[in-house]
This record gives sequence, structure tokens and C-alpha cells, in this order.
Amino acid sequence: MLQDFKQSLVVSLWFVFLTFPLLVVRVNTIENVVVWRWSNILWVAIGSFVLSYFWRFLLLRRNRRQKQAEEGIASYGPLQAALDNILLRNRAMAVLLVLALIFPLIFDTYQTNIMVTALIFVVLGLGLNIGVGLAGLLDLGYVAFFGVGAYSYAILNYYFDLGFWIVLPIGGILGCLFGIVLGFPILRLRGDYLAIVTLGFGMIFKVMMENWETLSLGPSGIANIDRPGFFGVQMSLAQSTTYIYYIMIALVVLTIIVTNRLKNSRVGRAWIALREDEIACVAMGIDMARTKLSAYALGAFWAGIVGVIFAAKTTFINPASFTFMESAIILSIVVLGGMGSILGVILGAFILVLLPEYLRAFSEYRMLVFGAAMVLMMIFRPQGLISNLRQIYQYKGTKDKTAHD
Amino acid sequence: MTENKHKLLEVKGLTMDFGGLRAVDSVSLAVHEGEIAALIGPNGAGKTTFFNCVTGIYTPTSGDILLHPKGLETRRLNGLKPNKVTEMGLARTFQNIRLFSSMTVLENVMIGRHCRTRSGIFRSIIRNRGVREEEQEIVETSYRLLEKVGLEKFVNEFARNLPYGAQRRLEIARALATDPFLLLLDEPAAGMNPYETSELDQLICRISEEEQIAILLIEHDMKLVMKISNPIYVMEYGKKIAQGSPLDIRDNPKVIEAYLGEEVDA
Ligand SMILES: Nc1ncnc2c1ncn2[C@@H]1O[C@H](COP(=O)(O)OP(=O)(O)O)[C@@H](O)[C@H]1O
Ligand SMILES: [Mg+2]
Repeated sequence: MLQDFKQSLVVSLWFVFLTFPLLVVRVNTIENVVVWRWSNILWVAIGSFVLSYFWRFLLLRRNRRQKQAEEGIASYGPLQAALDNILLRNRAMAVLLVLALIFPLIFDTYQTNIMVTALIFVVLGLGLNIGVGLAGLLDLGYVAFFGVGAYSYAILNYYFDLGFWIVLPIGGILGCLFGIVLGFPILRLRGDYLAIVTLGFGMIFKVMMENWETLSLGPSGIANIDRPGFFGVQMSLAQSTTYIYYIMIALVVLTIIVTNRLKNSRVGRAWIALREDEIACVAMGIDMARTKLSAYALGAFWAGIVGVIFAAKTTFINPASFTFMESAIILSIVVLGGMGSILGVILGAFILVLLPEYLRAFSEYRMLVFGAAMVLMMIFRPQGLISNLRQIYQYKGTKDKTAHD
Repeated sequence: MTENKHKLLEVKGLTMDFGGLRAVDSVSLAVHEGEIAALIGPNGAGKTTFFNCVTGIYTPTSGDILLHPKGLETRRLNGLKPNKVTEMGLARTFQNIRLFSSMTVLENVMIGRHCRTRSGIFRSIIRNRGVREEEQEIVETSYRLLEKVGLEKFVNEFARNLPYGAQRRLEIARALATDPFLLLLDEPAAGMNPYETSELDQLICRISEEEQIAILLIEHDMKLVMKISNPIYVMEYGKKIAQGSPLDIRDNPKVIEAYLGEEVDA
């Protein structure tokens, strides 16, 4: 305690010393006088002292938590406890769903549009979560599958005039196929090597779309892509946005159901086991190649589908929409939200997409805030916003019966 | 006595090189049904490497590994993937515990059922009756195995939070979940206290008797093995230097020398 106090004091003195020339001394060159702004010293001292002390307190708390976790004392926060309560969870989900359904009725087209973007990233995050969060396969080129979906709709629509609903499954399947194609060469790779190869794959896709002019129209992109049709009804821009919004809501719900079911299934357990220990996993009879490929393919499938919707929403795509930056954001969503946790990924997507959107006033500092938030996150909650809940199963057992009934 | 018993695993002249190092040097060995065989030897003798070759984690440089499942044709295991070997009925544990640490104890065992169950992606998504029944079967079987090894009170605990001895028993339960007819245990008693060790001995004997599973176990400590296993194979510097009943082994001068050279108290 005293130790911390002293340290913080030293820190604040340092800050006073360092900022002295900037904040206290001001040379007024017009009137040739030096102004001493002594009151600033006080602010710097107090400010840095409080911040430093707070920082120490947070670190201390984190260390205490870690120690508890190591000793196996389950330290559940109120949030985690609330999540364990199934009744509460179901009610919260119902409320959220209703809110989501009436959203476009309350807010204007602009807000709805932003929300569609956020939902697109929710699906992307959930898709990447299968590979990165569950199966532990780092993928830095995930946006390529998103691009495959978007371009498959753009191209099929441009050359063959195919409609949204026909291409939607095609985009998913194409994404899936690309996932398998990429999956094969990287079956044996792990860690850094895997990261580099997937990064490369993401780059290749973008470069290809920029240069294969006859197919993709190059860097200028493909414009005038059809919006989703609804039995041939003509729709205004606002109506169309609302329509896409509901399509996205349906897709998000579908993705959540599917990933949730998979997570608690034989396949999902195999993915998690693969993440935990590859050698033990194969020694327990799990086919590594098949398990990895299925994780890649399924993740790519969602990216492909949502890519089609993205193309339909913006009606214009070019290679610049599918850069490493997008891959990085999707990965951040998964890491920030909590690897493997569905709710965490959804939260992460909303935070990372909506915050920058509503903080446009501070857009110059956006990346700065983003970076600082990530660093803080890694220090204080490396497991993400929501750490994975343990799955509890119902069993009868043999001894239980005689003992309890 | 062993002649009329069915031979399950037959290893002939197994050799494994790591670059210039010959970790296993033409070792031959057989495990018959109903046996608890032991492979012993000082540290670095090549016992774990031998296991890794048999279970498909390494591909041996030369030699034959033959599996004779009862009522099925003989299979050569060389170069097979580990998961294929496990599917054929040969399960193992690891010397340096390799549990899935952030899965629960029950889930760890459930992973062992993977190769005996079928639900794929599509059926898992639809989750029809068949899938739900299979899921329930996995849970019940796994829970019974936990009861068998005495870990039922930890069912929903994360594997990493288990005491050391319990982790070793969990590895055994996980291996049993794959329905093996031959179980390979790599130093199952390492790091256990005398009480835990004697409990483990009983567990191993029980598995051998009740489940009709043959066992091949590696032990570093000779005293422990003498009690429960027969026959015993002894390795040193990659070579097999002796084999026979506990009595033969105890009086074998080569074995005494190998152990005296390594550590004084054996
Ligand atoms: N993957 C490997 N690469 C190179 N050398 C290895 C490898 N695995 C084991 N060895 C070597 O093989 C020898 C036998 O090791 P090991 O089988 O672990 O012995 P034991 O289990 O009997 O203590 C040791 O000298 C060890 O260093
Ligand atoms: Mg060993």
C-alpha cells in the first residue's frame, strides 16, 4: 500500500519534471516576457498521481484474480453469473430480439444502415470464431472469403443477371470451396506460419481482383449491383434498407443457432480439443485433416453468404473493400469479445463497428483509441469480454440414483 | 503359459532414428490378451519413443508393428495416422499429461467417444432424434467411465483445476472411452504419492479384469511394476536387454547393472 503510494508519487514527480518546459514556461515572443503558469504543475501532479495509483490498483486486482483462478476458486463476476442463469438469459434474448425487430421502425434509414453494417460484422465474427475461437486456427486472410461471396454476386449479377436469392447460397458454397482449397496446404501449419500463409491468401485475393480486369473490372469495381428482390416489388431506398436489415437479422439468428448447436456437438468438441492439444486430439481418434477442413470451410461459408448481402447492400464493390484492415477488425472482434464465446463475439462486433461510427467527431483519434483499448484489453482481460462458459451436461449415472433418491 | 493365449500386439525389430540418434534399436515385443505387460528402463531408454511409434505419432525407421484384433484380420500399423490406430482399438495416455485443459472433465472423456460415434456437421445442426440419443449415449458412457476411475465428483470441473493424480486418472478414462482392447500407459504413476500409486495399481488391475483390456505400461520405477505386471520387458539405450517374469527380471544381472548405473536406489 505504502509502496504503491510512494511509486505513484515518484511517477507524478517525473511527469511534473518532464512536462515542465511545455506546460509551465511560456515565452511570449511578442511582448518579450516569460509567463510562468505554476497552476499547471498542480494539475499535472494530481492527474498523474491519480492515474498511476489507479493503474496500480487495477494491476493488483488482476493479479489477485489470476491467483484465485489458478487455485481453482471460481471467481464469477455478476455478468458471468447472470449468464449462467438460463431463465434470465432466455428473457434477455427475447427482449433483445423484440428490440432488434422494431429497430428500423424507430430509427431512420441512416441508423438502420449502420446497424446492417454492424450485423454483417457480427456474422463475420461468428464465422471467424469457428476457426479462430473454437478450432484455434489463426486466420489473417478471412476477408478473402467475404470478398469471394461479394464478388460472386457482383459478377453473376453483372454478366448473367442472376438475382440475389439465387446467388446467396452460391456465394456461401463458393466461400466454402475456397475455404477447403486454402485449408489443404495449411493443414500442417501452426502458429506464426499459419498466420503468414493466411495473410498471404488474403492479399492474393485482393491483388487478383485488382488485376483480373476481364472478370472483376479491376480497381474501379463493379457498380449497379441489384438490391435483393421481393417478389418483384419495387422498393424505395429506405424500404430496401429495412428489407436488408431484416434479412441480416434472420441471418444473424440463423448463424447463432447453427454455431451454438455445433459448439455443443460432437464436431464442435473435436474443434475445441484440436485447439487445446493437437497431439492428444489425434491420439484420441479424431481425424485432424477432416476436423480442420470442416472448421475452415464452415467459417468461410458464413463469410461467403454475408459477402453476397454486403454486395447487395452497397450495390458497388471494389477490391479496396477487402483489405487486411477488414481481416484485422474481424479478428479483433473475436479476440475482444472472447475466443469461442458467441455472446462475446456479438458484443465485440457491436463495439468495434458502432463505436467508431458514433465517434466520428473524434475520427482523428479513432485509431489511437482503438489501439489503446486493445492494449488495455490484453493486459486486463486477455480472455476477452466474455470468457467461455462451461457446458454442463445432464446424466443419470449409476451410483447417483442409489445415493440421492 | 502365454502360448495358447491370443496375441494382440506384435512388434518385430522396431527401430527409430532421430537424425544420428538411434532412440529405439530393433526392439521386439508382444502383448497377449489378458496380460498386463510392462516396459521398463532408465530415463532416456527410448520407452516413450517406442510408444509413439506404435501409436502412429512417429513413423518408425524400420521394423513391423502388427495388430491382431480378435476375430479380425491382422493390420500393420507402420505409418498409420494416430487416429486410425486409435480407431483400431489401441488407446494411450501420455507421460507429460496432455489433457484438454479448458474443457471440463466430462468433456475430456466425451472426446474419447468421438471415433465411436457418427454425427457429422449437418446432423449436428439439425439435431434430430438420432443425434440427441447419440449425444446422451456419449454423456452416459463418459460419466460411467468417470465413476469407474473415481472422478465423478469432478465432472463439471475444468481439467486444468484437477489435482495431479486425478489428471492422470482422467487420461486413463479418456483413453478407455475409445473402446480399446489394448491400453498403453506411459508412466501412469509418475509424480504420484504412495497412496495414489497403490490406488492406481488397483485401478489398472480392475481395468484388466473387468473390461478384458490388455495393458502395456511404461514404468520408470521397478518396484511398482513387479507387483502387477507379467511379463516385463527392459530397455536401455534403445535396446531391449531383458524380458521375462518379475522374478527373472529381478535377478537378471544386466537389469541390475542398468538400474544401478542410472540410479542407486532401485
Ligand atoms: N522428437 C525427438 N527428436 C529427437 N530426439 C528425441 C525425440 N524424442 C525422443 N528423443 C530422444 O530419444 C531418446 C529416448 O527418449 P524417450 O523415448 O523419451 O525415453 P524414455 O521415455 O525411456 O525416458 C532420448 O535420448 C531423447 O532425447
Ligand atoms: Mg518417457
